[in-house]
Amino acid sequence: MSHLTDVVVTGLGATTPLGGDVRSTWDAALAGESGARLFNPEWVEKFGLPLTFAATIKVAPSEVLTTPELKRMDVSAQYAVIAAREAWADAGSPEVDHDRLGAVVSSGIGGIQTILDAWDTMTTKGARRVLPMTVPMLMPNSPTAYVSLEFSARAGAHALVSACASGAEAIGYAADMIRSGRADIVIAGGTEAAIHPMPIAAFAASRTLSLRNDDPAGASRPYDVDRDGFVLGEGAGVVVLESAEHAAARGARVYAKISGVGLSADGYHITSPEPSGDGQIRAMRAALAESGVAPRDVVHVNAHATSTVVGDLIEARSIRGLLGDDADHVALSATKSMTGHLLGGAGALETIFTVLAVNEHQAPPTINVDNPDPELVLDLVRDKPRALPDGDIAAVNNSFGFGGHNVALVVTSA
Amino acid sequence: MAHSEQEILAGLAEIVSEETGLPTDSVLPEKSFTDDLDIDSLSMMTIVTLAEEKFDVRIPDDEVKNLTTVGDAVSFIASAQS
Repeated sequence: MSHLTDVVVTGLGATTPLGGDVRSTWDAALAGESGARLFNPEWVEKFGLPLTFAATIKVAPSEVLTTPELKRMDVSAQYAVIAAREAWADAGSPEVDHDRLGAVVSSGIGGIQTILDAWDTMTTKGARRVLPMTVPMLMPNSPTAYVSLEFSARAGAHALVSACASGAEAIGYAADMIRSGRADIVIAGGTEAAIHPMPIAAFAASRTLSLRNDDPAGASRPYDVDRDGFVLGEGAGVVVLESAEHAAARGARVYAKISGVGLSADGYHITSPEPSGDGQIRAMRAALAESGVAPRDVVHVNAHATSTVVGDLIEARSIRGLLGDDADHVALSATKSMTGHLLGGAGALETIFTVLAVNEHQAPPTINVDNPDPELVLDLVRDKPRALPDGDIAAVNNSFGFGGHNVALVVTSA
Repeated sequence: MAHSEQEILAGLAEIVSEETGLPTDSVLPEKSFTDDLDIDSLSMMTIVTLAEEKFDVRIPDDEVKNLTTVGDAVSFIASAQS
């Protein structure tokens, strides 16, 4: 049987370094704004951090959630719930059979601020002061559990963890839930809230973060010759996926289709991508095969491109390796140049960007590319958005994670 | 320094309000934690932990089940202070 149930996107939600919702985030991305800014300077003084900035959330959860919500959820779950509420409302807050509604919201790291705060409490005040909500807040399935609770999503609540590929893998899994008949509609995405001195120190120790302290807004510069690492970001992206039949039956507005999901693992190194890009190519090829989209029909790729010296070029070569001459007409966008790297939220936010790019026929820009790397073998959209061809189009969103996880999603016109 | 029962009620109301979202003036001595304020066991243990810190008292686990109303908790904390 060759026919697969069509999976469509009917709702979008986000809270990011660029804005407190999808529209403000997307507008800022199209305008080429940077979400990087200085974090609490005391962290630098107190702990001797080698960097002073991150892509911090634009709208604090305290501005949109109640005090009990703030106290009962880790920040990663707060972002997820904020984004999920927007996505669900955007989908029309549909009446659904809750046994056919799923939740798949991932985090790459989990409730790390809760863990660290609880440990601070324990070391300063003793074991008896550690709060009872600590465990339900720190567990990495907490964001998806809260989304499941909020919307009574009872078909299943899952939290796939694959570092910086988590958000995309969650959306891929959600699409599979619909195709396999386990659910008609799924709230899916990714979230992260790891901007805290300890994770910053740990990422800095692995030499993966940009140290461009004199120019935070210019620090995330994928494919620029002077890139020196990624900018840590935070936030969440959540989408509502439905079977095309379910969406049509309720007359839902459809943004685009998730037509193909490709997964692979490098099995090579715990942090470095496999240099030939074989794993990345296999993920993209599988996603294209499932979608039925031919390489020549791919007009846009939202790259994983985090602004690291090695990773960016491996991905560019993978795209060229897979698409060959057809890569000439791919408009490549590296939106982490603006959002920073949302880790477990990245793949979900970039899926939203890819969905909007297909829906609105415009690829978002890549900023800070003053001098493109001469080894970049693709056509990068720089500084300003670029119009994509009219008619039905296809795009790919790539997400890769520490551990060798590769996820490619193919997004096509509805 | 010992707190008066009035101070304990006000402090407890603040903790309960932050945990549940209920206004502080709804946290009255005759209110039952479970029946009136809809507080589950996890929230109750959170309130106990925060109250222990705020009033510098110890509320043993097997005492918590006897604290049916806000007034019970205020009385227990007041007596535990001395």
